[in-house]
Amino acid sequence: MNITGEITRSVVEDLFYHEAFLLDNWRLDDWLMLLTEDCTYQVPSNDAPQSQSGQALYLIADDRRRITERVTRLKDKNAHSEFPHSRTRRIIGNVQFCELIDTSEPTYSAHANFIIYRHRRDGDIRAYVGRYENEVKKLNNQLLFSKRKVYLDAYELGAMGLVSFIL
Amino acid sequence: MSFDKYVRNEPENQNFQVNRRALVEQEVLDEEMKKVFDKCWIYAGHESEIKNKGDFKTRNVCGRPIILCRDANEKIRVYLNVCMHRAAVVCREPEGNSKGFFCFYHGWSYNINGELDGVPGKASYPPSFDQSKLGLAEPAQVDSYKGFVFITFNPEAPSLVDYLAGAKEYIDLIVDQSPDGKMEVLEGTQEYDMKANWKLLVENSFDDYHLITTHSTWLNFMKRSGVEIKKPEKGHLMPSHGVGKALGNGHAVIDNVNFRGRPVAKWIPLYGEAAKPVIDNIRKELVDRLGEERATRVADTNRNLVVFPNLVLNDGSAVTIRTFFPVAPNRMHVTAWALAPENESPEARAVRLDSFLTFYGPGGFATPDDVEALESVQKGMATYKEVEWSVMSRGMAKEGEQLNTDELHLRAFWLRWSELMADQK
Repeated sequence: MNITGEITRSVVEDLFYHEAFLLDNWRLDDWLMLLTEDCTYQVPSNDAPQSQSGQALYLIADDRRRITERVTRLKDKNAHSEFPHSRTRRIIGNVQFCELIDTSEPTYSAHANFIIYRHRRDGDIRAYVGRYENEVKKLNNQLLFSKRKVYLDAYELGAMGLVSFIL
Repeated sequence: MSFDKYVRNEPENQNFQVNRRALVEQEVLDEEMKKVFDKCWIYAGHESEIKNKGDFKTRNVCGRPIILCRDANEKIRVYLNVCMHRAAVVCREPEGNSKGFFCFYHGWSYNINGELDGVPGKASYPPSFDQSKLGLAEPAQVDSYKGFVFITFNPEAPSLVDYLAGAKEYIDLIVDQSPDGKMEVLEGTQEYDMKANWKLLVENSFDDYHLITTHSTWLNFMKRSGVEIKKPEKGHLMPSHGVGKALGNGHAVIDNVNFRGRPVAKWIPLYGEAAKPVIDNIRKELVDRLGEERATRVADTNRNLVVFPNLVLNDGSAVTIRTFFPVAPNRMHVTAWALAPENESPEARAVRLDSFLTFYGPGGFATPDDVEALESVQKGMATYKEVEWSVMSRGMAKEGEQLNTDELHLRAFWLRWSELMADQK
């Protein structure tokens, strides 16, 4: 998505919607293109949402290299937990953004609520409800995620079972 | 030879089979709640989770809500989280620090030592009402070994140290990683359900036979990160040598020469160059404190230990405490924590947590495929009336040492389980 003008909420929303489209369609290589080279992807444990990665146990705490490895794994049919791929459908809403101060290059917070329904064959629907507290940057006229931090609302992962697909 | 409803053990025919009914029927679950979970010592938590006077955690153990806390005398206590009056839970917070527990329903209150210290409108109770006998109830026995707190609802259970038998040696190997012998549970708990019988996770937790096919994506990831994955030697399936051992009372272990790196203390390229001196220092401390031989034992082997019936201590890519309880014959609730040496440097701690997530947990690169495997087994189990028996005889023809990819250790679990289930009492 080429960004020429000012960054507005609807531009940030478009990025979230585009990401949701790519992830729901398992276009993972295309999705990687939406991330900066130093992007992180983190999901704190449900009981400690405010904890710091590196000090506390997370469900996911990927740096960019690990995100790429995660995608490589998920494209392999031997990633049994996601083969066949889960069918997912994401609904994104309540998008908020603002420019962050004290950053070396223009960076914006990009927050949103989400519901992700995940379907597996012979399984019940699993609903992942939570909030993205992401950051985005404009690089070469592209708006990219530089941080993806995902908070799940449930007290425990429980019946959701796994976060084997990309939240 | 023993032949019972659930387990066929015929060493003379080199045959061992498990009846799949044991993993499917509600009746079996009802029976094992009484004969296994209510009879054995069960892991309840770790002393480090409640470091200070008044610290508490609440959780469920064997289906009972409990409070794990440190009382006014700094003693570790486990209370049943239930009001003696009319049974509401007296603590609804997951954790905290408190002087006591309060039942909001009618206002009964208990101090941190479990004594009932407040009863609104006490005058209406008859003279027979004895407040001193209405303190919070406790399991029949509570004890801990090297920081691991266990409870049992069985007043006749042997002492915890006797119960742990050969498992103690393997707990000691974990604790020896810490310079001051103190380990701590880290913040952040992974709690997730699996649609599978709980005993399948016992098997899976120390079954190296499945590693190559179930976790090929993890192995490939390790290879790409620069970890050397050797071609297995003749007769082996794994890149390094490892054995399976029974430890008594149903406990068992796999004990492997490490190839996958260890936060204490074997560096692999995955940890990054910057972590090399960090891991080297840990190694040096280990050798200084324990001597070369013991340090090698601690740092260059990884071990998956099952403490019968439902505690798994995996000392591999990191140390994980994993416990699980059945909620239905085909469903379990799993809780997993990361355990680490207290006073570990922030750099070493970060390496440990990163290493943990390379393999373990609901978002790791391996555990999700275990979950898929167990759920797949449980689906297949629906044919248990047609295909009654599972095969578990790997290694039975061997004299002496059994490999980690054999099934001696799985058989040890099942034999103890079957022994307890045969109890007519």
